[in-house]
Amino acid sequence: MKLPIYLDYSATTPVDPRVAEKMMQYLTLDGNFGNPASRSHRFGWQAEEAVDIARNDIADLVNADPREIVFTSGATEANNLAIKGIAEFYGKKGKHIITSKTEHKAVLDPCRQLERDGFEVTYLEPDTDGIISVEQVKAALRDDTILVSIMHVNNEIGVIQDIAAIGELCRANKIYFHVDAVQSVGKLPIDLQELKVDLMSFSAHKIYGPKGIGALYVRRKPRIRLEAQMHGGGHERGMRSGTLPTHQIVGMGEAFRIAKLEMAEESDRILALRERLWNGVKDMEEVYINGSMEHRIAGNLNVSFNYVEGESLVMALKDLAVSSGSACTSASLEPSYVLRALGRDDELAHSSIRFSMGRFTTAEEIDYAIEIINKNIGRLREMSPLWDMFKEGIDLSKVEWAHH
Amino acid sequence: MAYSDKVIDHYENPRNVGSFAKDDPTVATGLVGAPACGDVMKLQLKISDTGIIEDAKFKTYGCGSAIASSSLITEWVKGKSLEEAAAIKNTDISAELALPPVKIHCSILAEDAIKAAIDDYKSKKA
Ligand SMILES: Cc1ncc(COP(=O)(O)O)c(C=O)c1O
Repeated sequence: MKLPIYLDYSATTPVDPRVAEKMMQYLTLDGNFGNPASRSHRFGWQAEEAVDIARNDIADLVNADPREIVFTSGATEANNLAIKGIAEFYGKKGKHIITSKTEHKAVLDPCRQLERDGFEVTYLEPDTDGIISVEQVKAALRDDTILVSIMHVNNEIGVIQDIAAIGELCRANKIYFHVDAVQSVGKLPIDLQELKVDLMSFSAHKIYGPKGIGALYVRRKPRIRLEAQMHGGGHERGMRSGTLPTHQIVGMGEAFRIAKLEMAEESDRILALRERLWNGVKDMEEVYINGSMEHRIAGNLNVSFNYVEGESLVMALKDLAVSSGSACTSASLEPSYVLRALGRDDELAHSSIRFSMGRFTTAEEIDYAIEIINKNIGRLREMSPLWDMFKEGIDLSKVEWAHH
Repeated sequence: MAYSDKVIDHYENPRNVGSFAKDDPTVATGLVGAPACGDVMKLQLKISDTGIIEDAKFKTYGCGSAIASSSLITEWVKGKSLEEAAAIKNTDISAELALPPVKIHCSILAEDAIKAAIDDYKSKKA
């Protein structure tokens, strides 16, 4: 077993060797290196064919038409294109957008930018399980609402939103619906013939493809129009200019093709690993799950270990590559805004760890992780004055702390 | 974040973790920091009749630098008089542990813990 153990699949995944193998055929002189936009020779035609095949494989996984796939540099760009593109194109119809407090920054920050440009944005607050209800969205709708953007699966807590129901609501009210599906595609079935979703963002590097490539699904029926954010040679039907990176696209296509074949089985296997991990830590005292256990993706476990500070926890778990809920990069600790939105107090947010498992995680690795976690939580609590006070029955919220 | 070897050493082998009985008249307790800020230190000193710190123990909730700072001061204060202990500066602590600027607050908290313990001792004596 190699240390540290990688349990951060929600941050990024290694490229599947089958994908890497394929990508290498599209780079060198011996390979298929042409510019897919070159119309006058076979180098270009072959590259274009490779892009077409990848586009088909990507569309296939989500039951879309390949002409609805627009390649971008990743999901950050896809989210920007969707949100700003809709706002700029349909801004004359209305200037109100609805999203949620637990979205990825790649949705929240474009919304913030639009607020500076005169739009109004409603940020819905999820319930304590992290779920946004259709009723909440409905209550926030206004006559001038043009766009709703709600993610499918949350990157920190793995909670799944009911995009089918929210889509029905939006369609009935003629409001565009964008979904950030970065954390769900290839893990949950997505059928865009069924779903009333108008725009959907994907990234390759969360499902064993390369970094730096993603796509935006843009519905054709009913037709959605966008203001391009990148101008140039008019690639991707004018929605995103720039020479298509054939090797990246081929990698993304292969990753999506493999996901379609292996998704069901893989998800069962990963769910079993998640349960194994949870069963191995849940009997410790004062351990809390963040987010709904019922509506949650298989590979995510987000846990707070109360009375243990997050950064020392990450240090103690140095043999595990995990993410902490507190970004302790500055003197003032900033707890995760996602956990805050669930109403978790700062202490619990500070002591949270996200474990995310994936294709190459083994049961042996999980067992080792369980051992390390149990040993170190015990050690840090032995060292924690808060743990002592808790054990003495002192209510910490009633203590007058000497703030500094 | 990269930690210095000294921080890692104190973090992995903390010196003098533990507690003395709070109501022991020879024991002084300093509790500083706040959970919401991400660090709480408890420093306890066992003080002789002649005002010499005979023993010290700590418990800390906080990052690796906070744990290392408190572990270090328990070593430093032993054998010192109260005045000598009170003269320990946060800059001595941060220099010894090579703390980066964002972790200076950990050394300030450790200095505060010594002062709080001494204050507690004085109020117990009064
Ligand atoms: C939910 C979500 N949206 C968007 C992104 C950004 O994707 P990319 O890294 O492809 O820009 C990520 C990944 O960091 C994510 O988890």
